[in-house]
Formats: sequence, structure tokens, C-alpha cells
Amino acid sequence: MFASAQHARRQFLTSSASGLGLAALGSMLTQDGLLNQATAASRESVVNHVTSNLHHFAPKAKSCIFLFQAGAPSHLDLFDPKPKLNELDGKPLPADMLEKVRFAFIKKESAVLLGSPRRWRKHGECGMDFSDFVPNIASCADDILMIRSLHSEQFNHHPGQLLLSCGRATFGLPTMGSWLTYGLGTESQNLPGYVVLTSGRGSSGGASLWSSGFLPSHYAGVLFRNQGEPVLNLANPAGLSNEQQRRGLDALRAMNQDRLEEMGDPEIASRIASYELAFRMQSAAPELIDLSGETASTQEAYGVGRAQHPQATGRGNVADAHLSFARNCLLARRMVERGVRFVNVIYEAWDQHSNLEADLRYNAWVVDQPIAALIKDLKQRGLFDSTLIVWGAEFGRTPLGENRTGREANTGRDHHPFAFSLWMAGGGVKGGQTYGASDEIGWGVAQDPVHINDFHATMLHLFGLDHLKLTHRFQGRDFRLTDVAGKVIQKWLA
Amino acid sequence: MIRPQIPAIACILLFQTFAAFADDLPPAVERKIDFVQDVLPLLKDRCWSCHAGEKQESGLRLDRRDLVMIGGDLGKILEPGKSDSSRLIHYVNGTDPDHVMPPEGDRLTKEQIGILRAWIDQGCEWPESANISTEKNSHWAYQPLKSETSPVVKDQSWPRNEIDHFVLAELERRDIKPSPEADRYTLIRRLSLDLTGLLPTIEEVDSFANDATPDAYGKLVDRLLASPHFGERWGRHWLDMARYADSDGYEKDNPRPDAYRWRDWVIEAINADMPFDQFTIEQLAGDLLPDATPMQRLATAFHRQTLTNTEGGTDQEQFRVEACFDRTETTGAVWLGLTVGCARCHSHKYDAISQREYYQLFSVFNNGDESTTTVPKSEADVVAYAGLKAAYDEKLKTPTSQLMEAQIAHGAEFTKWQQATLDQLNTAASDPVTFHVLKQPAYSSEAGIVFEQQKGGVVLVSGENPERAIYTLTGQSDVNGVKGIRLDVFPDKSLPANGPGRVAHGNFVLSELTMEVASKPDFSDAQRIEFATAKADFEQADRPWAAKNVLDGDDTSGWAIAPEYGKKHWLTATLKQPLDLTSKSYVRVRLSHQYGQQHTIGRFKLSLQTGTEPDAVVPENIIKALTASEEQRTEEQRQLLQDYFNRQTSPLKELVTQIDELKKQEPPKPELSVRIVVQRTQNPRKTHVLRRGEFLDPLTELEVQPAGLATLPAFSLRENNAMGDRLDLARWLVSTENPLTPRVTANHIWRLLFGHGIVRTANDFGVRGEKPTHPELLDWLAADLMSGSGTQQAWSRKALIRRIVMSATYRQASKHRTELRDVDPQNLLLARQNRIRVEGEIVRDISLDVSGLLSHKIGGPSVYPPLPPGIAELSYAGNFQWAESQGEDRYRRGMYTFFKRTSPHPNLITFDCPDANSTCIERQLSNTPLQALTSLNNETFAETARAFARRLLSTDAADDAARLSYAMRLCVARSITPEEHVQLQALLDDSKAWYAAHPDQAGQLIGKEAVSGVPSETAAAWVSVARVLLNLDEFITRE
Repeated sequence: MFASAQHARRQFLTSSASGLGLAALGSMLTQDGLLNQATAASRESVVNHVTSNLHHFAPKAKSCIFLFQAGAPSHLDLFDPKPKLNELDGKPLPADMLEKVRFAFIKKESAVLLGSPRRWRKHGECGMDFSDFVPNIASCADDILMIRSLHSEQFNHHPGQLLLSCGRATFGLPTMGSWLTYGLGTESQNLPGYVVLTSGRGSSGGASLWSSGFLPSHYAGVLFRNQGEPVLNLANPAGLSNEQQRRGLDALRAMNQDRLEEMGDPEIASRIASYELAFRMQSAAPELIDLSGETASTQEAYGVGRAQHPQATGRGNVADAHLSFARNCLLARRMVERGVRFVNVIYEAWDQHSNLEADLRYNAWVVDQPIAALIKDLKQRGLFDSTLIVWGAEFGRTPLGENRTGREANTGRDHHPFAFSLWMAGGGVKGGQTYGASDEIGWGVAQDPVHINDFHATMLHLFGLDHLKLTHRFQGRDFRLTDVAGKVIQKWLA
Repeated sequence: MIRPQIPAIACILLFQTFAAFADDLPPAVERKIDFVQDVLPLLKDRCWSCHAGEKQESGLRLDRRDLVMIGGDLGKILEPGKSDSSRLIHYVNGTDPDHVMPPEGDRLTKEQIGILRAWIDQGCEWPESANISTEKNSHWAYQPLKSETSPVVKDQSWPRNEIDHFVLAELERRDIKPSPEADRYTLIRRLSLDLTGLLPTIEEVDSFANDATPDAYGKLVDRLLASPHFGERWGRHWLDMARYADSDGYEKDNPRPDAYRWRDWVIEAINADMPFDQFTIEQLAGDLLPDATPMQRLATAFHRQTLTNTEGGTDQEQFRVEACFDRTETTGAVWLGLTVGCARCHSHKYDAISQREYYQLFSVFNNGDESTTTVPKSEADVVAYAGLKAAYDEKLKTPTSQLMEAQIAHGAEFTKWQQATLDQLNTAASDPVTFHVLKQPAYSSEAGIVFEQQKGGVVLVSGENPERAIYTLTGQSDVNGVKGIRLDVFPDKSLPANGPGRVAHGNFVLSELTMEVASKPDFSDAQRIEFATAKADFEQADRPWAAKNVLDGDDTSGWAIAPEYGKKHWLTATLKQPLDLTSKSYVRVRLSHQYGQQHTIGRFKLSLQTGTEPDAVVPENIIKALTASEEQRTEEQRQLLQDYFNRQTSPLKELVTQIDELKKQEPPKPELSVRIVVQRTQNPRKTHVLRRGEFLDPLTELEVQPAGLATLPAFSLRENNAMGDRLDLARWLVSTENPLTPRVTANHIWRLLFGHGIVRTANDFGVRGEKPTHPELLDWLAADLMSGSGTQQAWSRKALIRRIVMSATYRQASKHRTELRDVDPQNLLLARQNRIRVEGEIVRDISLDVSGLLSHKIGGPSVYPPLPPGIAELSYAGNFQWAESQGEDRYRRGMYTFFKRTSPHPNLITFDCPDANSTCIERQLSNTPLQALTSLNNETFAETARAFARRLLSTDAADDAARLSYAMRLCVARSITPEEHVQLQALLDDSKAWYAAHPDQAGQLIGKEAVSGVPSETAAAWVSVARVLLNLDEFITRE
């Protein structure tokens, strides 16, 4: 056989899947009566794909809501109490510890440790530590898997955010949501499988945080916007009613159908399907963002209409972030309900090189209530066990105060990739558990180190995917989300 | 215990440290070793399955002595005479349980280890005759080009040139007939899109369709190849590979306003059909060519398309190394079709590229530094400048000669002025200006501000840093003839941004300055001293923040020094009356800072001024010129004095002003500073293999020199060039012995004309890539490209393109054939052409084109067509403004849209344009609902639909049918079919009816572009039709 059937299938799937997920495409093509028109090759490939089970083993999670806290929050003031650090407040770090370390801004010679003024309490039956800045998240302690031993090797924002998103600090690689939709597709017929919501300022990583890299662009995240139409180009041009849009699409479809019969190219069938999905999205997306169907108590729980914090301040206080973040959490739940696979909720706000206390108080207030409401809402709706919630950032912050040139006092912390915290809930993780530990001052990992590649491996596992097997051949190499490392951490699994 | 965790670095025992474990080793055998008898069988049996020939795990080969001596990715494995510290021995011994060789099967026996030890200790003898492996890598892509003759085929009537023989031979072997030639409408549309990315006009289509001459097709091809738009289309393909963008990338992603100049270079080079070898050499090493021209230096901007990270707190060395990695890997991908990047961290798992070889290539780029040069903006600009400059010079002529005459007329006055000025300077010199600090100075201010008295009356301010402050200085002085007071401010390392102010950026505002004198220490009889004027060395220009404001009694004005921070400055205030102080005089000076936001002075000195200041401040250079004797004066100084005099004397002054005004109109030189690469000559960098690609972790024992890949022909250095550089590399890439560059380049050209390459994995010619579907054809094309033939120039891309598009293979219809679905579903055999959706920029270009909006202007700075709201704001901290272009620039071709890496134009990205962060060898071609939404609803496409409708309504077509027919011809070249006519007429009628009932919507849909005399429901209905046409699959497909 001159052509390999496998290759033909891959060619078809990568060029014609319409962003639907492969299973959905097959059913849609059948439904729209297009599949019969498609060539034998494409019919075979679609049917093959529908019947093949992409899961490597039984999944726990179906959807992921990734709460991306870009800029890197201080774990030392939120999730990882360090009494020893408070004792050593104002003292320098031993010289041998500083020797090989690089900082973004700290001047090593005169740097001193900075204690945390936060009050800490144990929460839930499990007795998990949370600072007084996140009382609502703390109330979900028994659902949370707190990881205090994450580490990374990137200490600048953009490279760090790439590593967290792609498994490696390199451009051109697919992001987490792309891998999941590539592996599993989406269960929504009317919405994209991978959605991005943003609050606050623009993130360091920009569009590279939802790129599909070398995967086709229909695996890229679709940005839902905070103002105007929720998805770019969703609204008809002025003066064009839906009825007229439909009328035009009918003509377009008929003409494309004729062309398909003439040329026999299945790509034309795929184009017809894309236009039909686009039309359905035009009504599904506005319905999705219309919160009028949510009860007042739900809206209130998320804080959708809440008043601004009396001491709103800092880089997190941009464009009514307190409202957009609350709304984005609620939208994330609505998306998960409608079968969206991966929702990336980005809040770029946490880069507190100075004024840590006031800024962190505000940012924590912005996220605390909506996130807790999201967890409780998902539980109440029976979606919690199939929805993986992740709260994380590209790195943590230094136990040292930041003494950057020209600053008089240490009121902030610098970038710190050697040990930081990330937490997860739902989606088959074992909550009420604190995993790993940083050392006494939160400098390095003292117990059970977790690399971002390990986190990704376990995350894919929760979705029933083997991180070693979910690969894509590009430039002769089988790439995966976990680069060349990653191990599944069994203790995290429920 | 506090223990620092350093980022994990693989813990590899270093070479020297092995010696510490020497006692654990079995002893060397005590006899003379015969390499062939004793050692070779051992290596063969136990090592070569991983470390010989094409398998070189960890970059190590054990089948040739020279390679054994070099070692692998971790460095040397042995040192003759020192078996006890050789890595090889410790690995086979298992000294470190994590590194045991061989990894599988039985361990070596003590006897075997003893033999290896003895062999090393006796000097590693290895006879030349026992260098078994001299054979070349057998992978097809590394083999020399075969000179192929086109095969004989049965059907002699089909082939039009050699290409067709290769294709037809494969088809005939399977009894497949090629597809018929596409009709002329399809052919001209296909050729126009492939060669220029534009649609043919109806006139062009008709002229070709009706051209009965035998070479009608050839003439068409030649016309399109000569079109200046050819360079745009094929230049854009090159820009993909070059990762071209208009911004830096990474977080800050600053704009690169000069980037377009290199894009223009590419378009021009491709239009001029610059031979590909020269094209290669100039871009990789134009600066190293003898007598490099500015344009050759500009060409090196190919490798300035790498990203720049200006995020706060970055280690610039890290990102310099990162850029060199990118240059190495992009070069490997673009010219060699190899994934050399894999070898950055370890020897390539599949291809014969060791980590050491990677760093040999890398070392070439490691000594190329980032720099800039000045080049003409464009040829057109240079020509335009010549005209403007001549006109300007002409304008300047009259006043200049008038000035000359006036100067002569005022010669005596000029001499007199010189003497008078000299006299005045001498008087001032006899009573020189002197400064006196106060005795027993005391400083005070708001609570918490600390004044530290330093040497010479200088005071440094620290402690509390309130919003506003008044500094009070008291002290004594008995100086006579005080004429003024002087305030010096100084920078200091302790101040923000080095001061001299205390606000974060170093500025200050001195609102008011007052001085009092008293005879009692408690100042109970203090008298305010009055000032006449104040001046300073520098005054902030906005508002303005001038020195005299410190005397105006107004707290809202003052003196400030932005943007001259971090430097010393002075202000002097002159008294109305000279003042004589006695031993009983007490002086009090107040510096009031009322601007707020900590705009206070951080370091200063106050002093009293005596002596005579010259009436006019004569600049230093004038004094120097004046005091020089006639003979000493240079011509320059003479001119300086004349100019100075002219500016103060009527009517010379007026003429000078007139000339100054004219000079403001001097046309700016048509020059631009552009980013380039230059060779580092001072302190050239040494290159070492970097352990796992980590720039902080060089393997210091493994220094490498520039070289190519061992599987390819040798890399030779130029004469008198001890160390290889980019020019050697570029020449190696295009040397006639290197088979990869012509194969890879010919494959790119083929891919762009058929949708797929002969090697389908255009980015991977390695062992994991796909094999060529027509290997002989590929070699034939590669040889044809490289050598040329007859009148055809070597390395001419246009010639190769011409040859391909002239073939019968290219001219086939693209209709899928049911009988081939199972035999050849991917059309590998080329029994038809492929249908290809046009690229993202072209989707927009052709929409603009049929609607009559497209600007055909070529080259120049990037433009800003409409961008949906909220996109630019997504860039970091919203630091980017998209200043929407107006007029023609709104409708330029998509390749000129400003490309911001972190926030690219969504219309481009949605249609698979590359993100420019790394080289893109081959674009994806996806087919998604977001594309449908874009071409249905996006503002740009809505605008083209309106304009298209207007164009249709403005023709003198007799009726709807004629108009519809015209529309289809514009969009797809061919005539409308009866079925299409029925569809579109029905849509038109329905829409007319709907809009007649909805006049408001009709008005909105047609917008401002209503056609006079056409009812609005008719105009709106035509917009509906236009939208459908612009979204047809056939419209955005090159058949």
C-alpha cells in the first residue's frame, strides 16, 4: 500500500476537525447529512475515530477550570505559614544559600528575610492552614488538595507562564487546554472546547498562554471577552438579522454543496460544517453569557454585582476586576455545564514587588468569594466530581523582602521558583490533603518535590489520559505536555 | 535546618572525581594488549549496538579512534595512560550505580575491565587499519544528489517537460491516468494566486482564455513571474520561515519600527530573483562579505527576527544565548530541513546530530553580535529626497548670498565687537565671581527629615520623605559685596534613580527661594532680601518649570529639571542691591517644595556669590575663539565668531533668522537605523557544550570550534580565517557538495505549488520524517535549481518555479477522482492537482481586491487596519496602542499588517498565520467556525461586502442576471452556472423583499456606501449576495 491509512487519518483529523472534538464532528457530519457526501477516506477516518476510545483509562474529570493567578501570588502569605520566617524577620540569609541563586530584582548582598504579618488558622476537618486573607476558600478546606512543594526553573514571568501552560518554557508548543481538547474533543456542539476568560491587566504571556502551538488552530483557546460580543465576530454586521444571516447561509450551503458534489473534496463538507457550527455559536454564546437565568442568590454568592472593596488598590485593581473575576467564575460553571472542556480563567494581578500587604489583601478579596462560590455551586449541581479546579501561578514569591535599588523599605517579595503552592479541587483529586512541604522559611522543597511536569502528568491522568501516550509528532519528535519528564502522583488521586 | 534548594542539576560525577574511587577498580592485566585481538571484539559485542555508526547514544561513538578520543555529550571518556580516572572504566565497573555500562546484559568481567584498563594505560593503541567505521550514514537525505535522467514513459503525448516523466512513470506503473488539464479559467486563477496572491481581472481572464497562440500559457507565466507582487507572495513565504514580526516578543513586546525595512529587502531580492546561494550568504553573513554594502548588512536582519526579552529582572546573557539557539535551530530547519534543536540538550535521538555538533553550529552564531546600521529607507525615498534637496538648496541660495554681502558690509563693526567683548571679559576677570558657604550652617525642616552635612557645604537629605517640605538653612557670613545666591543640586547613589530629587524618578520642584538677613541669632530683626532675577543651567521645558519661578511668590510654579535626572544642576538668583555683611550678620535661606508627591531636593549646596558677572553670558567656545590670537584661530572658530556676531546685529540677524526658518524645512535624510548582526571582533566568545542546554552550565572541558555536521560534506574555512564564522557556514550550506539545501529548497517550492512537498514533512528530512514520494524527481529538481541549465541561472527560484508550473503535472484539474479514493487517498502520486485554501493574508487580500478596495502599494512601514476593540489591550499592562490607519493604508495587503507578537491581529491568527515566535516551515491549514465568523461578520469583511455590492451596482450591467454573472467572474473567474444563478437570484429577491419591509436595517447594512439612484432595499440585497460570494469555499480556495 502506497499510502498509510494512519497518515491519511491524521491528515484528515488535523485539517478538518472544525474545533469540535473528533467524536462530535463525526456525529455532526452524520446529522447534517454531510458524511454521506464525504469521500470514503474521510468517512472511514471519522467513523474510526468515533469508535476508537481515546481514553487510556477511566477518566475522573471531564472538564477543567484553571484559575490562572498570573504574576505569581505570595504563597507565604496565603497558604504556607512559616513561623520560623517570622522569627528570622530582618535577618540576612546565610551566604552559602545565596551563592548560586539568581534573582530578578533582589540585591543579594543586603537582602533580609521578610516575615508574614498574616494571621493563620486551621480549617475543616482536615485542619488545613489558610491565612486570614482567604476565609471563603478556607471554608472549602476539606475539598482542597493543597500542594506546597511545587518547583519550577523559570524565574521571569513570560518563560514561567509558558512552562506552566506548555510544560516547557519554549514558544510554539500547545497549551494544556489544547492537549486536552486534542485528546478528548469537546462535548459541546455549539461552543468551542477551550475557552479563555481574563480579568485584570494583560498578562505577561499574552496570546501564547492559549496558543495551540504546532497543533492546528482549532485547538487554540477561544478568548471570551469582557465587553461587547463575547466571542470576536459573533454578532452579525449591523442591519443583518439572524433571519437574513440564515437565509444567506442557506444559499451559501447550497452552493458549497454543489461544489462538493462537483469536486468531491471532503474539505468542502468540513467547511459547510464549520459555517453551521458558527451559526449555532452565534446563539449559544450570547445565551451562555446571559446571566439573567441565574438566581439572585447564585449571583450574590459569586459576588457578581458586589460593591468595590473600600481599599481597592494596586495592579490587581484594573477594569473592575472584582466584578469580571466573579462573573468569569460563574461563566466557567456555565461553560462546564454546557460541555466546554477547558476554561482558563486568567487574573494577572499578583506581581507584588512592593506594597505586598495592601495589594495582596485586595487581590485575595477579589478571588476569595467567587472561587469558594464556584466550588460550592459545582458540588450542589453534581458537577464537582467531574470538574477539576486548579488554582496556580508560574511561581511563588521569595521569603526575602525585595530591596530593589531605589526602594527604601522591603514591602514586597521577588520571584521565587524553588518552592511554591498550588491547589486543586474536584475532578477526582483527594481533597482535605496537604501534600509536600517547603522548608522552614519556605525557601526550598523539604518534602515530596513536585515539578510542573508532574502536575501536568497527574492532571492528564485525572482525565483518563496517559501523559506518555498523548503525543503529537512534530519535526520528527513525538511531543507531549510533559516534555521529557513527569510522573503521576498517586497520592493525589481520590 | 535551613537548606537551600538549588534548581535540580543532574548530578554527574565529574571526570576528575573518578580518581577518588580508583581503589575499587579491578587491576589492569599485565601484558601487552593487542587492540584487534583483545579490545575490538569487546567493543563490538558490548558497545557498538548503541555507540557506533548511525547510533551514537549520548553523542558517543566507539568505532573510530578519533571519535573515542573526543568523547560524548558529557565530555571525554578516557585519557591515555590514566585508566584509573577514565569515565569509560568507571562506567563499565559500575562505580556510580546510576551510570552503569552496558545498561543491559551481563556486566563486564574483571578480566575484561582489566584488558580495557591496560589498553588505556598503554596509550590506547588503535591501528589505522582497525578504524572499521568509515562508512557514511545511509539515510537518503544525506546522500549526494543523483544525476537523474527522466524515465521513459509509455504515453509520450502527455509530458510537457522532464517533471512529467517522473510523475507519469509512477502513475503508469499503477495503471493510473493523469487528470485532464484544468480549464483556462482555473489555470489563470491558480497561477495568479500561486505566483502573486491576487486574483486575475476579468480582462486578464478573457485575454488568456481567448489567446489562441501556442505559448499563451507560457506568456501568462512570464507576466506573473515578472509582476512586482510575485516578490510579495514569495517573500511572505520566506518571512514565515524567518519568524518575521514588528515587535520584540515576550512580556514587554516593544515595537520594532525598523523591522519592515528588511521585509522590503526580501521582497526586492525575490523580485530580482537573487540567486538562492547569494540570498543565503547575504542573510546569514552579509556583513562579512568583502566591502559589504549597506544592503548586504541589512540582509543579516534575517537573524535579528529573534525575540528580545526586556522584562524587568531578566539575565540578558540567558536571552542572548536563547537567541543564538534560535538562530542555530532556524538555520538547521530552513536550509537543512533538520530538527537540530533536539541536540541542544542531548545528542539527537534519531538523526546523526551529536550535541557537540549542535554547539559547533551554535559557536558560529555565538560570535555574531546584535547591532544596528543606517540604510536608505527605500530607493523611491532616495530619489524623492534628491528632488526635495535640490529644491531646498535652491531656496537657500538667495538669503545665503545676501548674508555674505551683508557680512562684508559690516566687517568693521565685527572687528569692533570683538574688541569690546574682549574688554568686557577682562573686566570680569579682574573681579571674578566667587562663592562662599555660610559658617556654622544649620539645617532644619519637618520632623523626621535628616540632613547629613558632607564636605564643602554639601548636604544629603534622608529619613522621612514627606509629600512637601520647606528646608531652612541658617548660618553666618561676613562677606562684602554679595551679589547673589547660588543653589547647586547633586545626584547621589542613595537617592531614587540617583536623584537629585527624592521622588522615584529623581526630579524635584523648587517652588520658592527666600533669603533673610538679621543681626540677631534669633532672627527677630530679620529683613527679607529682594532678588532681581534667577537663572539655571537647565530648565524643564513643559509648563515651563523655569528658574525665575522660584522668585514669583507663587507656590504652584517652580524650577524642575526633567528629564535631566541623575546629574548635577545649578540655579543662581541675583540680588536687586549688592549686600555687605559683617561679622554680626546672620543669614537665613528657605527652600520651599510645595508641588507634592515627594518632589523635594535630595542633595544640595547653598552659597553666596560675589564678583562681577559679565553682562552677557558668553559661551565658553566663543571666549576661547576670542582670546585666541588671529594666527591661532581656526577657520571653524572664525566662523563661530561670525555666526555669533551675526545673530546679534541687524540686519544680519534678520537674514540669519530667515535662513534658520528655511533650514527647518530641510528634507530629512531618507535613512533608517535598522537591526543587523555583526561579527564580534573584540573578546570573541569561546563556545562550550552546555549541559542540557543550560547556559549557566557549560562543560568547560568541551570547547568546540565552528564546524558543520559530520554526515554532510566538510565545512571549509576561508583562507586567513583561523576560526570559522557565519560566512563559512553560509557557503557550506550552499556548496555544491551539500545535497540537503537544494533538496529542501526545491521541496519548499514544490510544496507551495502543490500544497504538499515531495517530502511531506517539509520540516523534517531526518530519519523520522517521511520519505520522498518521488525521490528521483526531487533530486532532479534539486540539481536543476542548484546548477541551472542552458540560459537558466544557477540557484534561480523563478526558473524552477517556471519549470514546475509549465509542467502538465501542475496544470492538471484538481477534481477528486472516485476511482483513486482507496488507491491514493492523499494524492501522493499526483494524479491530480490539490485544492488549497488560500493563506490568511490572502483571504483578506482577495476580498478587498474584488470589492475594489485593495491598495496595490508594495513595501514600506507596517500598517494598522481595523482591529476589534479589546485586542491591543490584552498585551502586557495594556502598553500598546493600535492607531488605526486611514485612507490607503487601511486596505494594504495583509502582509503589511503590523505584527505584534503577544497580541497579533486575530484575523491573521484565526486563518493560521504563524505566531512568529519561532520559525514556521509549513503553515497549518485549518478549517474552523471562528474562520467562518470572521469572514461573515468581521468589520473588514463587512466593509468589503458593502464595497463589493457597490461595485456591482455601479457597473452598467443591464439586469440582475448580468450583474450576478459579473460578480461570479470577479470572484472565481469562470462563468456562473444556471444553478448558481437560480440560487443567487432567489437570495437577491428574498433579501429585497425583506429589506423593503425593514428599511431601517437596510440603511444600517449598506451604511454610508449607498449608491445614488438605487433603492436601499436593492442595495442591501446586493450586500447579502456579496457576503455569500465572499464566503464561497471556491472563492477562498485555489483550485
